[in-house]
Amino acid sequence: MAYSEKVIDHYENPRNVGAFAKDDPTVATGMVGAPACGDVMKLQIKVSADGIIEDAKFKTYGCGSAIASSSLVTEWVKGKSLDEAALIKNTDIAQELALPPVKIHCSILAEDAIKAAIADYKSRHGS
Amino acid sequence: MNYFQLFQVPAQFDLDLTELGTRYLELQRNFHPDNFAAGSERDRLLAVQQAANINDAYHSLKQPLLRAEHLLALRGVKISHEQRSFTDTSFLMQQMELRELLGDILHSSDPYVLIDEAEQQIQQQKNVLLKLLAQALEANHHEQDLQAADIIRKLKFFFKLQHELELIEQQLQD
Repeated sequence: MAYSEKVIDHYENPRNVGAFAKDDPTVATGMVGAPACGDVMKLQIKVSADGIIEDAKFKTYGCGSAIASSSLVTEWVKGKSLDEAALIKNTDIAQELALPPVKIHCSILAEDAIKAAIADYKSRHGS
Repeated sequence: MNYFQLFQVPAQFDLDLTELGTRYLELQRNFHPDNFAAGSERDRLLAVQQAANINDAYHSLKQPLLRAEHLLALRGVKISHEQRSFTDTSFLMQQMELRELLGDILHSSDPYVLIDEAEQQIQQQKNVLLKLLAQALEANHHEQDLQAADIIRKLKFFFKLQHELELIEQQLQD
């Protein structure tokens, strides 16, 4: 199966790979996995006092599409409020990366990862 | 289609694999297309279809995870082809750590020590989960079936890890 140019670009030069310090109170983490392919995705956001995502990092073990989807989401969420970031849809990710139908689940995983990170932040900060 | 019925074996997780293999050879012989060469076109098509069913059934029944999935599907719990994300954070954290361990192997000065360590961890946890799976399926109650489905999801991550580890070992040998 051929990957699109955008997938290859994110795969070869993934943006924002890594992790923030676990004990940083401004950091929240979303962990999701896809049993069908065994992919594991960790997405972290660093949120400012006024609820803006200042920075994001990810670590994904999975196929090129899963890595590209999470890499793209870390780019997209920077500068967004939590509510804006929660609006990111897997279909937007799939469209931007021109994912074929068999790889749509990778974009679902990335959407679920950012939603999980936002939920984690909200549960810690009681909003 | 009920694969257990097709193979005339009890619909349970704990299967006698030797018996399964014997039954497979019998069925294959009975439905070999050659037996139907003189039959009508309809009979020949049915025989081909049945031979394909037998192969699919054998493939599913002999592998524990596929067998468990098939058993659950017969009980109304369908988990194959699901696209829902798995969100058990502590389990996924542990998966990440194992992936990191696997990632260290190729850069290690003594990779085989790490391979042994990873293999042991994967095997041990896989065995624990397989035992829990057998227990949950044996109960044959909806609640335990849902637990079984969750155990299958976890096992899939471990089978994937094992596959990744095999790829790494191959890479080392080349």
